[in-house]
Amino acid sequence: MKHESIEINSGLLIVLTLAVISIGGLVEIVPLFHIEDTVEDVDGVRPYTPLEIRGRDIYVSEGCYACHSQMIRPFRDEMLRYGHYSLAAESQYDHPFQWGSKRTGPDLARVGGKYSNEWQTQHLVNPQSLVPESIMPGYPWLLETPLDYSQIEERMVALKRAGVPYSQTQEEYDANVEKFGKEMADKLHVPNATQVLEDQAAAENWDGKPGEITEMDALVAYLQMLGTMVDFSKYEDGHFNQFR
Amino acid sequence: MSQPKKNKPGQVETTGHVWDGDLREYNNPLPRWWLWAFYATIVFAVVYWILYPAWPYGDSYTKGINTVEYTVEGENGEEKTVTEHWNTRALFTKSMQSSPSALAQQEWIDKVEGMSFEEIEQDPDTLQFAMSVGHGTFGDFCAACHGAGGQGKIGLFPNLADNAWLHGNSYDTIVSKIEGGINGMMPAQNVPEDTIDDLAKYVLSLSGNAEISGEAASRGKQAFASCAGCHGQDAQGNDGIGAPNLADAIWDVADVPGCGDDLGCKVDEITHVVNNGIQRQMPAFGDRLTETQIRMLAIYVRQLGGN
Ligand code: HEC
Ligand code: HEC
Ligand code: HEC
Repeated sequence: MKHESIEINSGLLIVLTLAVISIGGLVEIVPLFHIEDTVEDVDGVRPYTPLEIRGRDIYVSEGCYACHSQMIRPFRDEMLRYGHYSLAAESQYDHPFQWGSKRTGPDLARVGGKYSNEWQTQHLVNPQSLVPESIMPGYPWLLETPLDYSQIEERMVALKRAGVPYSQTQEEYDANVEKFGKEMADKLHVPNATQVLEDQAAAENWDGKPGEITEMDALVAYLQMLGTMVDFSKYEDGHFNQFR
Repeated sequence: MSQPKKNKPGQVETTGHVWDGDLREYNNPLPRWWLWAFYATIVFAVVYWILYPAWPYGDSYTKGINTVEYTVEGENGEEKTVTEHWNTRALFTKSMQSSPSALAQQEWIDKVEGMSFEEIEQDPDTLQFAMSVGHGTFGDFCAACHGAGGQGKIGLFPNLADNAWLHGNSYDTIVSKIEGGINGMMPAQNVPEDTIDDLAKYVLSLSGNAEISGEAASRGKQAFASCAGCHGQDAQGNDGIGAPNLADAIWDVADVPGCGDDLGCKVDEITHVVNNGIQRQMPAFGDRLTETQIRMLAIYVRQLGGN
């Protein structure tokens, strides 16, 4: 093909330009799907429960990621402040992932269990009441807005299409029992979703308003789970280095 | 205005294209420095491929010849040197073990580990180290609840900067509370409607509030019998179960100070606590912090309270 015919045919020029510049991306990204160590082999990581899914949706829709990352990098200062560096495996069921690159506020990858439910709720309603110098905005409506979970099954099915192992059939359920244990497999079974969500909301006093399921319940349940799935004390120092 | 530099036609080779009958494009050679810089990047890439992880193949990738060494504890507690291909996680493990700042700190941490609390108190340098690490750790993990200076938040999180302790101020207690967390809890009390006012007044009369009539207080005193099991006969508290002294004019949950001189408001605050009870948690930090970090925190927290 003569160079001139590319130069004078803008449609062709666009197509060929895209093809050439995508080579860089393809060479970097495609092998990650084949390399065995991309996602570490680690116990404990599981898909989110229905209540946590809704909490995560609220996290995304309220734009918390604009100020908070969820990825602790392997540096000494980050370890001292936030804890063990994040593993790829820990966000394998995140669609889309919440790693982020902007930290106006602290990283949240291991915030689960760092504070009480009471603190989380109070902090989300009015951050300055607890941290006077905070520039985080308040989200008081979360405590007033009833949680809409009418589409929870559809949401799980959508995530399932993206590769998260929620179960709809008996075989899928059995596979989950094998992988995550019976108790968890029950929670990941789509037909149970509504009941499971209501049970989890009632099981703990997430937002200080028992008897009512608010958006705050879901968000606090999600935050309290972050970074708690892997028990790092089971692995020796440097164990995860072999995966890189 | 300077004229654009013009080459005479024929002086430099053209690309051969001609537009609109007379527009041509010179084919100037690339500047020498640019060309060498370009070759240098290629050489750099080849060196990089040899030294560092680079090319994927199959389910793995070339790991490069560069390595990182660090030590791990073997099965029998002996130190084992591990050599890993160059990667940021291995570098991280190494920097945790042997970066200059880690080593400088480790020296002091070893010192703290080897000393009892009493010995640390006697050694100004070690004490200063423990206090400054304690201060930093407090800022990262505790200040969000207890406040930057430990002043707390009335009703929610206790003030650590006064010398009134719910659970006692021995080092062992403080360490165990930080490690294991606290379930702060007073059950809601079932006090009859017509006695609660007097009961609240009695409680308030224990810490001044001279305007309360002796009669009301002595009626309330009888109702206090149901509280004495936890708060003690003379309301001096019981640090074994975290029940506070109610006679010291220091308030943690009932916002009595916020009422100023308004007795009605004070009574309401006490009544609210009695009717609703208290439930508040402090998370456990035993998994999040090392034992030595917790000990240094305990030193810091204990002196916040003036010890
Ligand atoms: C404008 C930026 C901003 C936004 C948006 C924001 N935050 Fe924050 N956040 C901060 C800052 C700054 C802090 C640190 C001060 C503080 O604790 O309030 C913080 C602290 C936090 C903490 C405590 C972290 C720790 O380890 O102490 C949590 C949890 C948190 N934010 C959750 C959220 C959630 C959930 C949302 C969305 C509903 C959100 N934030 C939105 C800025 C933001
Ligand atoms: C989620 C909020 C929260 C965080 C974070 C927190 N605390 Fe607490 N802390 C509390 C509450 C609530 C109590 C009161 C418990 C009770 O009612 O008995 C408490 C009590 C204490 C006490 C006992 C006080 C007394 O009077 O006996 C100590 C000591 C203490 N905290 C130290 C710490 C330290 C050190 C940290 C950081 C590692 C920390 N706390 C982090 C909420 C918190
Ligand atoms: C089962 C034990 C128990 C009984 C019975 C009990 N309390 Fe308490 N009380 C506590 C504990 C524990 C706390 C501290 C809770 C915390 O800080 O988390 C407390 C806290 C309080 C406070 C808050 C003090 C402050 O600093 O703000 C008041 C007021 C109080 N109690 C009054 C009473 C009265 C009046 C009665 C009797 C009607 C009573 N309590 C019965 C255990 C008890």
